Amino acid sequence: MRWLSDAVVSRLQSEADLPDLSGTRYRAVKSLGRGGMGMVWLAEDTVLRRRVALKILAPENSSADLAARLLREAQVLAQLEHPGIVPVHDAGTLADGRTFYCMKYVEGQTLDQYIARIPLRDRLQLLQRIAEPLAFAHSRGVVHRDLKPGNIMIGAFGEVLIMDWGLAKLTGSAPMERNSCSGHAANSEAALTLPTGHGSVLGTPGFMAPEQARGEVQAIDQRTDVFGLGALLNFMLTGAPSGNSAVPKALAAMSCKATASEKPARYQSLQEMAEDISKYLDGVPVSAYRENLLEQAIRLATRHQAAIVLVLAYLLMRLLFILFSRH
Amino acid sequence: MTKIVLGIVLGGALGVLDGLTAWFTPAARSGIVGIVIGSTFKGIVAGLLIGVFARKVKSLPLGIAFGLGVGLFLAFLIAFLQHGYYFQIMLPGGMVGLIVGYATQRYGAVAQAQRA
Repeated sequence: MRWLSDAVVSRLQSEADLPDLSGTRYRAVKSLGRGGMGMVWLAEDTVLRRRVALKILAPENSSADLAARLLREAQVLAQLEHPGIVPVHDAGTLADGRTFYCMKYVEGQTLDQYIARIPLRDRLQLLQRIAEPLAFAHSRGVVHRDLKPGNIMIGAFGEVLIMDWGLAKLTGSAPMERNSCSGHAANSEAALTLPTGHGSVLGTPGFMAPEQARGEVQAIDQRTDVFGLGALLNFMLTGAPSGNSAVPKALAAMSCKATASEKPARYQSLQEMAEDISKYLDGVPVSAYRENLLEQAIRLATRHQAAIVLVLAYLLMRLLFILFSRH
Repeated sequence: MTKIVLGIVLGGALGVLDGLTAWFTPAARSGIVGIVIGSTFKGIVAGLLIGVFARKVKSLPLGIAFGLGVGLFLAFLIAFLQHGYYFQIMLPGGMVGLIVGYATQRYGAVAQAQRA
């Protein structure tokens, strides 16, 4: 027997989740969503009079470990200053004891919503732009580890933003300022990895590299994100993270190479993969696929279609002149 | 290959081809050498002008239009000097200009600016 209607339950739930923002400069506007660790709220920064997004630990997740993890996520993000990475403005603890951080509020569409209405060429160019901030993060020693369409936002002006760095890992060669990130355990491997539960599997099936799915935290490096980008390529081509029927062979080969089970068989960096996408868009051979002679001829003819048509038209005209001059 | 060199080479090559086709016209066969030389020279001049234009202006439609215009104009001058064969000279001349105009916009490297 139900005592309360769904609407009432929903209302009570939102009241219970409502963060206590008293004593902060923020005023909650509405809930934007809920993830594994916390909730994201749209809020108003009452000092600067702008809308921001607050990521706040969920009430049931307010353990010290998760609080530290959220704070470290904010610290990692704060180190990654790039137009393609959502900027962090502030972090701290609310009056109710919950940890939060404040970031730019991104209005737009997630990748899965956005790509439904754009052609293949634009999709590939979009993928190149997704690779840029990730390559930047890799150069700073950060691996995202949770690439999926829902974590890529396309803004109103076409800007690409990589969201949700909650599973990010700092690699051993990170040139990032660890002191500001690691706090209490700067020299341990644990300090180089956001505490996602060592050995436990965190990520999104289908978009998660095999080494990540096996929980091999030590084996995770930038090639883990290469796998994720490969799965995104597949998703953009077929609507699913795997499977490549009816896809141009070169693109299918690129996707296969990026999502290879063994890391050495993958592209060794995102730049390498982006270079192949660029080559494909320019109509030149890609490293992932060896063409036969017929395929080469078709690709060249397609690439230089207009020039070939012009020269053939010229030759035809010349031939007609010769024929008419004989008569 | 820079756009200017591409224009000169392509214009010259098409000019040679243009001139050689006069061999199929019995009336013009005796003067084939002069025709080939003149046609090649016209192609090179057209290619040079179109290549310089392509280096200055990055626009496929404008490049094609300019190429067509230069090709037609030079062909008109030759036809005018020969007092005839306007159609037979101007149509291929225009086509050569159009092809060189397209090619110099689409292909060929932009020459690097010289350092001081």
